[in-house]
Amino acid sequence: MLRLVGQIAIGLLTLAITLLGLLLITFVIGRVVPIDPVLSIVGERATEAQMQAIRVKLGLDLPMWEQFYIYVRDALHGDLGTSIRTGESISAEIARYFPATLELATLGTIFGTLVGIPAGVLAATRPGSIADQIVRVVGLLGYSMPVFWLGLIGLLVFYGQLDWVAGPGRLDPTYDMMMEFTLTPYTGMILIDSALNGAWDVFGNAVSHIILPAGLLGYVSMAYISRMTRSFMMNELGQEYITTARVKGMPEWRVIWVHAMKNVLVPLITVIALSYAYLLEGSVLTETIFAWPGLGSYITDALFAADMPAVLGGTVVVGVVFVTLNMVSDILYRIVDPRARA
Amino acid sequence: MQQKLGFARAVALAVLMTGASPMALMAETPADTLVIADAIDDIVSIDPHEAFEFSSVDLNNNVYDTLIELDPSKPGELVPGLAESWSVADDGMTYTFKIKPGITFSSGNPLTAEDVAFSLRRVVKLNKTPSFIITQFGLTPENVDQMVTFDGDTVTLKTDKAYAPSFVYNCLTAGVANIVDMKTVMANEVDGDMGNAWLKANSAGTGAYVLKSFKPNEGYVLVAREGHWRGDAKIKTVFMQHIPEGATERLLLEKGDIDIARELTPTDIAGLAGNTDIKIQGDVGGQVYYLALNQKKAELANPKVQEAMRWAVDYTGMQDSILKGLWVVHQNFLPQGFLGALNENPYSLDLEKAKALMAESGLTLPIEVGFTVRNNPERMDIATSIQNTFAQIGINLVMDVGDGKQGLETYRGRKHDITLQTWGPDYPDPHTNASTFALNPDNSDEANATGYLAWRTAWDPGPELNAETEAAVVEKDSAKRAEMYADIQRKVRDNSAFVLMFQQARQDGMRANVSGFYAGGATDSASYWTVSK
Repeated sequence: MLRLVGQIAIGLLTLAITLLGLLLITFVIGRVVPIDPVLSIVGERATEAQMQAIRVKLGLDLPMWEQFYIYVRDALHGDLGTSIRTGESISAEIARYFPATLELATLGTIFGTLVGIPAGVLAATRPGSIADQIVRVVGLLGYSMPVFWLGLIGLLVFYGQLDWVAGPGRLDPTYDMMMEFTLTPYTGMILIDSALNGAWDVFGNAVSHIILPAGLLGYVSMAYISRMTRSFMMNELGQEYITTARVKGMPEWRVIWVHAMKNVLVPLITVIALSYAYLLEGSVLTETIFAWPGLGSYITDALFAADMPAVLGGTVVVGVVFVTLNMVSDILYRIVDPRARA
Repeated sequence: MQQKLGFARAVALAVLMTGASPMALMAETPADTLVIADAIDDIVSIDPHEAFEFSSVDLNNNVYDTLIELDPSKPGELVPGLAESWSVADDGMTYTFKIKPGITFSSGNPLTAEDVAFSLRRVVKLNKTPSFIITQFGLTPENVDQMVTFDGDTVTLKTDKAYAPSFVYNCLTAGVANIVDMKTVMANEVDGDMGNAWLKANSAGTGAYVLKSFKPNEGYVLVAREGHWRGDAKIKTVFMQHIPEGATERLLLEKGDIDIARELTPTDIAGLAGNTDIKIQGDVGGQVYYLALNQKKAELANPKVQEAMRWAVDYTGMQDSILKGLWVVHQNFLPQGFLGALNENPYSLDLEKAKALMAESGLTLPIEVGFTVRNNPERMDIATSIQNTFAQIGINLVMDVGDGKQGLETYRGRKHDITLQTWGPDYPDPHTNASTFALNPDNSDEANATGYLAWRTAWDPGPELNAETEAAVVEKDSAKRAEMYADIQRKVRDNSAFVLMFQQARQDGMRANVSGFYAGGATDSASYWTVSK
């Protein structure tokens, strides 16, 4: 018990230090870029006096360390500051954009895992076979094809030609109206909210909108997960305990899916968590093609508008996601691998 | 188990719905609905007295009205908006507007002269970015209650100087002069913000539409109101969807899921040629492309070098290739559509003439100068073309490529040699561009007058041109005023630190059944209430 508390305390401390470091680095980057945030507020026409007034209002005239102290203090209170561009609370803005990304990334990771692991296992158990080659080529395409291009082709084929799915956006405009005016928002994730409201037509429309981008992201993470599964599994299958199990006459499916998989799962959890975290950053290109209002485009837009508080806020959220997923995968790791519990 | 069944049902339903999604099957959007795709991530605020971006002003143009409007068919002509008549007193400083009777706001409140006075005062008191369009008549938060007054159905606006009446009227057609519903706005005031926070998500105007929903970076929905003073709009619901990618828009347009696509690239437009379901509507925009030559550098202050450069730009070559459909050759600082705009483009690529001029300059050739360019594909294409042609006349441009804001700081700090820039007018009056290209009262570094492009590039227009520009803004006779701007433009075009090159063009793709869409030209914004299908 005491050990567990100790581990959690160390974990939290690490988390705090990591986040502080993250805040510091992003803060410094935000200040050294040769872009004057004031210019993006006041526009081209402003006089020096108007600019100075805004500078004072934003606290940009204070010493660096003081600006950083204020930033960290507010961040701890859940206040990530005010967006320079829109004048809105950044926490509120991110609360609006993040659910869209979360929904997409989660579905993408589920796709990627459900397809990637069996594909990797298949490839590992029959190395050099046609199945292995197919998994390799499909995986390689997922790695190397630009997401931008894949997205457009996907839209062209599945939406443009075949009419299997709906086009870009999270919902058709009419359903979007229903969602906004007749349903209760619980999470900001349309699939969950519409299901909780029992609005199945909205749910169906949302599914037909999300399938393609989620499938695309799923494909990219599948490519990675299947390659990693293959190599972990090949490694395990060469171990002595596998030979022993086979000699004992254990059925092959049991050898692979129970004995070997138990050990493969340990490093695989980290792989899946990392790939999930990567998708949670928000894939800017996918979001642009599919007109998906997610975190990636939020941060990019903010960056182009020299809206450093918003960039910092978004980066902090991404950082928290990374660190949290890291911790979760650490915990899972302990559960799966008894040695790590000691 | 219960839960599992529920989930299974959800999945089954989802699969069913995917196959039978009603919008996916529909070939076209309903006849009373208009779906527009555009990039609207430029929006900072949709409060009409704060909005200063293309997309937000487009939105507000359909939700609010101004006292006076511009007639799109006749550049420079004014037509009544919420005011039925207007006049200026003999002193040239007192303007009176008579409000049309019987107009109501979307709330049902009748429009009164008090609403008009409140709106103009609100612009000044809120003091947001576009407020200078109104405050330049000498209005301040302290004096505005005395300068803008109302009595019965008339509103009186006093100015600090006897400006050209057309200047005042043109500024009153800008989006910042939209009239809001005082009672509704003030009922939603928080902490003395005059309803600013509330108007970022709601509307309170006399326009044809009411804002039903606004989601930044996602889109907005406008619903037509009954009893609009222009007559009810044919399109009952307008959906604006934020779709920044041209190729995506093209696909949606071809499928009939959207009616108008506003971010198509020349490649998309070319790909749509021959599709009889779709038409392309061209228009101009207000921006101009120009080179600014820093006069602190002796070579660039040499008039022969300046003239040589004007003959060493491949205007039509760029227009017909890299800028196709996006920019047209335009060598004067007022865009087409403005009072006094010129249609003459005397310069073309003539390297022999340019070389001869360089030889006359007395400089040892070749000369080497820096060229500050923003890192964006279009600008890089233009810069490369110019670098190529300039090299042939003995001017070697050394590119300094950077982020837009970075380049802007170099320019504002007078640290550039030559820079490639665009400029967009702030309000639909010629003074907006004349006051920055042709006016620079104090060219010293200490003046730090970054608001003037002439100052930024260290060019002194001289007392005569400065005076002419100041005189044009107070000239009472509009025809004479137009003449003056024509003259000022010729002087700047032929003898200044600027090389003016292009005016923005735009192409909107739309379904063949859409008619009456007006994109707004260089001086106005998009109107949806004129559309029918």
